[in-house]
Amino acid sequence: MTASTTLAFKGTKEQEQKLKDVIVQHKSQKGALMPVLQEAQEIYGYMPREVQIMVAEGMGVTLAEVYGIVTFYSQFHLQPKGKYKVHICIGTACYVKGAGKILEKFERELGIKDGECTSDGKFSVDGLRCVGACGLAPVLSVNEDVYGKVTEDQVAEILANYKD
Amino acid sequence: MEMINIKINNISLQVPAGITVLEAAKYGKIEIPTLCYLKDLCAPGACRICIVEVKGNRTLAAACVFPVHDGMEVFTNTPVLRESRKQTLELLVSDHNRECLSCAKSTDCELQRLCVEYGVVEDTFKGIMRETTIDDASPSLIRANAKCILCRRCIAACKDQQSVSVISADRRGFVTQVECAFGDSLNDAPCVYCGQCIVVCPTAALMEKDDTQKVWDAIADPSKKVFVYAAPSIRVTIGESFGMPIGSNVTGKLAAALNRLGFDGVFDMNLTADLTIMEEAHELLDRVKNKGVLPLITSCSPGWVKFCENYFPEFTENLSSCKSPQQMFGAVLKTFWAEKEGIDPNNIFVVSVIPCTAKKFELLRDDEAAAGLPDVDAAITTRELARMIKQSAIDFVNLEDETFDNPFESGSGAGQIFGASGGVMEAALRTASHWLDKSFDVVEFKEVRGPKNIKFATYNVGGIEIRVAATSGLANARELLEMVKSGEVDLHFIEVMACKGGCINGGGQPFLPDSIRNNVDVVALRSKAIYDTAKDLPVRKSYEHPDIKMLYKEFFGEPGSHKAHEALHTTYIKRGQF
Repeated sequence: MTASTTLAFKGTKEQEQKLKDVIVQHKSQKGALMPVLQEAQEIYGYMPREVQIMVAEGMGVTLAEVYGIVTFYSQFHLQPKGKYKVHICIGTACYVKGAGKILEKFERELGIKDGECTSDGKFSVDGLRCVGACGLAPVLSVNEDVYGKVTEDQVAEILANYKD
Repeated sequence: MEMINIKINNISLQVPAGITVLEAAKYGKIEIPTLCYLKDLCAPGACRICIVEVKGNRTLAAACVFPVHDGMEVFTNTPVLRESRKQTLELLVSDHNRECLSCAKSTDCELQRLCVEYGVVEDTFKGIMRETTIDDASPSLIRANAKCILCRRCIAACKDQQSVSVISADRRGFVTQVECAFGDSLNDAPCVYCGQCIVVCPTAALMEKDDTQKVWDAIADPSKKVFVYAAPSIRVTIGESFGMPIGSNVTGKLAAALNRLGFDGVFDMNLTADLTIMEEAHELLDRVKNKGVLPLITSCSPGWVKFCENYFPEFTENLSSCKSPQQMFGAVLKTFWAEKEGIDPNNIFVVSVIPCTAKKFELLRDDEAAAGLPDVDAAITTRELARMIKQSAIDFVNLEDETFDNPFESGSGAGQIFGASGGVMEAALRTASHWLDKSFDVVEFKEVRGPKNIKFATYNVGGIEIRVAATSGLANARELLEMVKSGEVDLHFIEVMACKGGCINGGGQPFLPDSIRNNVDVVALRSKAIYDTAKDLPVRKSYEHPDIKMLYKEFFGEPGSHKAHEALHTTYIKRGQF
């Protein structure tokens, strides 16, 4: 399965310099790849091919080695995140309360899949494991706003709150 | 060495401290089945086939990683273990493409072998199958993940032996796949096509691109003259495909089998190994005398050449401009031989039999077309030729010896040793030293032979000091190149073969079961066969071979001539890695 990045990479010179500094700072350390990858994601917000190549080149490892790590840990994202990050809990409690259906509804409304970002960069959708708010199941958040006991009908309404 | 006392299956053994249970069992000639383990490659402790019972332990232990301790009691063959191994295998095959009837690895498959031995029922566990892909875009390799059992032997070969590391285990859990970054094809990743991943794969998740149909089609085409030649190492390895002992020299049977397949000409690639030496020794002396780019590095191994282009592009000027023996032979057949025999080169179909999967890529390279046509039309591995012989119902083992066709029916002993690490270097030194000093009478340059990772030697010939090194396995090549880069060593001539031990251990050589590979030094046996075969040849130096003399007299003039350059030399690309 190919996990490709749908949006064109828009990294800046400043970001690149920042990443280069991080690499210089860590390169001689043992086990430096992980902190460098974490900082790379801090800088770019996600780990597209271009960033993974910069890390591989800088750290003297291959792209396959970087990609293996990036895809192993769910904290690394291959896709950029939107201005509005929709996080839908699909932990056990939310799931039995229909969170799967709500996630699907968001996917349909936005025309993207779980983990992806809309082409205008506005919304991204991610299914999360239990967020610890089972009393509100099914629960989701858009950036800092939390929505509890959500139904499928409310999805369009929630999206409409984020116009700009 | 500290020795400790242990018991395996109630047999008392004295074994060195610090080794694993699997290694200790060898001291009592006790076999423990393995699957993800391969000696000298990896012991990931992942597959749970080598499990044993350790007295006092709550759980079963993986013998390939579990260390021995004094007073330990181990059992390797109990009802619990047999049942557990069987269940593990049933879980493995629950998610496995089980087209064993048509699978090219059938009867050579370690998973199949174990399943038969343990009486596995194929569909004990019914569940969803992983979504997998087939990557067949490269000219050399096919990766079919539906047959992958995630043992990670290919990853170890690619990363640890070859320092190429273009594959890794991506994602995790049920969706884990061994693949290139971003699911790219091996054709787009900086893979060097050495095929070492194929040789270590216990199943058919990795196989060579099968080109035998192309060859059958050409043979069946009456308008084509189909010529074939076999590389130096094939004659000492192909016997294994027919159950003969490792290291059997079957030159005569190989010629006989090729004659029976219907080729129009059956030749010996040892000869163009000699031709390579003529050109390369000339190039070496030219660079040494005229202060050219040094060290000169051999270019016969296409896996190494691509490695250089991908990972050390700053060294491409050091690569010998000589084509490989495979390509030189095609060039000779489509220029000199076509002219001499009055055959239109368009109607010549050239087949090489090689121990190498990267050779399938090499024939597609730019600047490998002496007659304006590809020098070589198809390259088939030792395994593919064995397949063709089996399809033809030829009783290989009982064939009477025959010879290759005249001319090109033989090469020198120097050409023969091309198949082992150090062989190209030694062959070149035999000719170069003669050219430098006619009285220098050394035939065997033993310092560059043998299993050491990097072999250094210095020779003084005709007042010139020549410092050389030979290495095999790309991780070793990387180490050597880093030494050259840092100035730690200052050399004139380097031989690199991509596969550890040389072509005898190439990615296209016959599959041998783990039970043999974990107990026998296969490379040493095949290597010995190469040197024994070479020693018995009547001519041992390339420049002395009558067909070499004939080729220069009738066609190329002299080594390094304009005509030789046009037909026998090539160019390289600075590819880089990303």
